[in-house]
Amino acid sequence: MQPFTKHTGLVAPLDRVNVDTDQIVPKQFLKALTREGFGRTLFYDWRYLPGEKPNPDFVLNWPRYRGASILLTRSNFGCGSSREHAPWALLDYGFRAIIAPSYADIFYNNCFKNGILPVVLPDAHVDELFRRTQQREGYRLTVDLEDLTVSDDSGWRQPFQVDAFRRECLLKGWDDIGLTLRFEEQIAEYERRHPVSARMYEKVDATVLPPQESIHRYKRLGGGEGEA
Amino acid sequence: MTPRTMYEKIWDAHVVRESPGEPSLIYIDRHLIHEGTSPQAFAGLRAAGRKVRRPDLTFAVMDHSVPTKDRHLPLVDQVAAAQFEALERNCREHGITLFNMFSRNQGIVHIIGPELGLTQPGQTIVCGDSHTSTHGAFGTLAFGIGTSEVEHVLATQCLPQFKSKTMLVRVNGRCRPGITAKDIILSIIGRIGIAGGTGHVIEYAGEAIRALSMEGRMTVCNMSIEAGARAGMIAPDETTFAYLEGRPFLPRGKDFQVAVDYWKTIASDAGAQYDRVVELVADDIAPQVTWGTNPGMVTDVTGKVPDPASFADPVDRKAAERALEYMGLVPGTPIQEIPIDRVFIGSCTNSRLEDLRLAARVVAGKRVAPSIKQALVVPGSMVVKAQAEKEGLDKIFREAGFEWRDAGCSMCIGMNADVLPSGERSASTSNRNFEGRQGKGGRTHLVSPMMAAAAAIAGHFVDIRDWPEVRTAVQ
Ligand code: SF4
Repeated sequence: MQPFTKHTGLVAPLDRVNVDTDQIVPKQFLKALTREGFGRTLFYDWRYLPGEKPNPDFVLNWPRYRGASILLTRSNFGCGSSREHAPWALLDYGFRAIIAPSYADIFYNNCFKNGILPVVLPDAHVDELFRRTQQREGYRLTVDLEDLTVSDDSGWRQPFQVDAFRRECLLKGWDDIGLTLRFEEQIAEYERRHPVSARMYEKVDATVLPPQESIHRYKRLGGGEGEA
Repeated sequence: MTPRTMYEKIWDAHVVRESPGEPSLIYIDRHLIHEGTSPQAFAGLRAAGRKVRRPDLTFAVMDHSVPTKDRHLPLVDQVAAAQFEALERNCREHGITLFNMFSRNQGIVHIIGPELGLTQPGQTIVCGDSHTSTHGAFGTLAFGIGTSEVEHVLATQCLPQFKSKTMLVRVNGRCRPGITAKDIILSIIGRIGIAGGTGHVIEYAGEAIRALSMEGRMTVCNMSIEAGARAGMIAPDETTFAYLEGRPFLPRGKDFQVAVDYWKTIASDAGAQYDRVVELVADDIAPQVTWGTNPGMVTDVTGKVPDPASFADPVDRKAAERALEYMGLVPGTPIQEIPIDRVFIGSCTNSRLEDLRLAARVVAGKRVAPSIKQALVVPGSMVVKAQAEKEGLDKIFREAGFEWRDAGCSMCIGMNADVLPSGERSASTSNRNFEGRQGKGGRTHLVSPMMAAAAAIAGHFVDIRDWPEVRTAVQ
């Protein structure tokens, strides 16, 4: 994961509450098999008119916000579906930090796994930042995870809080699976003390396939059998 | 010992490692995966050269993108086909049990977990899907995770987790006839708001919750995430044990009794403290209908579309204005005068046998209104479908003009061909009325199965409490 220490960038204001992850990445893009290329799909239904023409009414399409890397928005951002495609899309579009009064739990967590910093600021500060962003074209902020502040170049500066452990992981760009695997001993010990099993007492119609064998090739229209 | 909540007890029993200032490492008893949120997790695993630690505790199913009819025909959707192949390949490579779309046990992940008895009280269950909260109906700590966490669980069978706060939602007294679990949870969300549960695990209690069947309890816990909560839970009791006994993954005889004895110990202790307590009076709950673009924008069926000007907070006012514009609704319109284009009875919220029985009772002997373009019944699992057919429910629906489909997520999310067209209005038993959720430009109203069935017959919303076949219905 890409570490996050300090970032300065153009701010884009998305003045909506309760933006859900269905809006951040609509469901038609959840069939992808990789994490790449989701930037195009960000806010798809708001951002584009039919034929993928940019919708001139949508704030991210305004020339003054082109190249924005900090998203300023309202409370409960990222509610709804757990899809991690949402942070993938934000990151791929170019956002490194988000500023809002609050976030939904799963989304907040997903951001940290992808090198995006979700900053929580009280409503009054967020209001102030909306004012400044709208008034000053090219308004930029610096989000500093090291000293835990958000600031602009005219002296506006506010502290924010992040859990110390999450901060450390993001600063270092740690792979947290690697961190957990250091405790392999403890996991094995837990499994000895609390044996967990999922024994099937009555046969159900499921498949566990030996590695080389395929039960079903998904037939495709026009394309014969798919590669399975 | 200080009294503990059920959440705390299950948490304590699953701590692998604790260290001050760090999240606790929690052991995961069951990991459920589906085709939508797992491919990147397996890719990550492969890239790092890691293996699945406990394939025996991991179960996979195809549900989100599966067609709900003509499964034997070639797939039109090439991208979905690639997704199915990827899931099958990943399961095969790692020795994971898979319920593919041709399995007699296939269904929506949150329907089949409990149905098979994979879901058991006292466990921790995760799935890359926010409605994993459903499984909490059994006194299980179950929550949705992102794809990075799916990879984490595949590799380690553990998750680093920060402890949540706890909220007790007590629904006192009994509901009136015609009021179902869906109306209870929608009124809870209407009351605390869609972010009211953020940072919390909700425990539901009170007479009205105790009176619910397991199906109803699952409906309530399912929508905990719609209140922003990570998980919802209900203490296991005789209703829970009776539901579980004899299911494929449950021990038999004496061993089952041993399990029950343990399950009886996990309910919250008397005097356990919650960070927040909310109380509702069951008697006050009327059938609920959403009017906006999130589940908190909800009102009684006897109510009206609200006037945005009536919201004190300017941010809420703006959100309401935007929602009404999207929904194509005029403030002050009585809910019962809103005409419907399509009806969807399905989703992990309301597609279990009890839901279908209640809906069938409303439509029996009647016809879907001529103005309705499509009325869909999509059972939550192939087992539910088979049971319903044994009872003749499919006939009742078909004769009334409904389509009877195979199991899957279907028009809850519109990832297959079952999509709500732009500008059309649905009465849906699903859980999300977000913009574009059922299809771009589609307008969703969330209701209970009886309310959806009655809307199909009438062509608009009706107060089902006025219908004689409902007055006698058990909830
Ligand atoms: S039925 Fe809907 S909410 Fe439930 S798992 Fe499927 S898509 Fe998600």
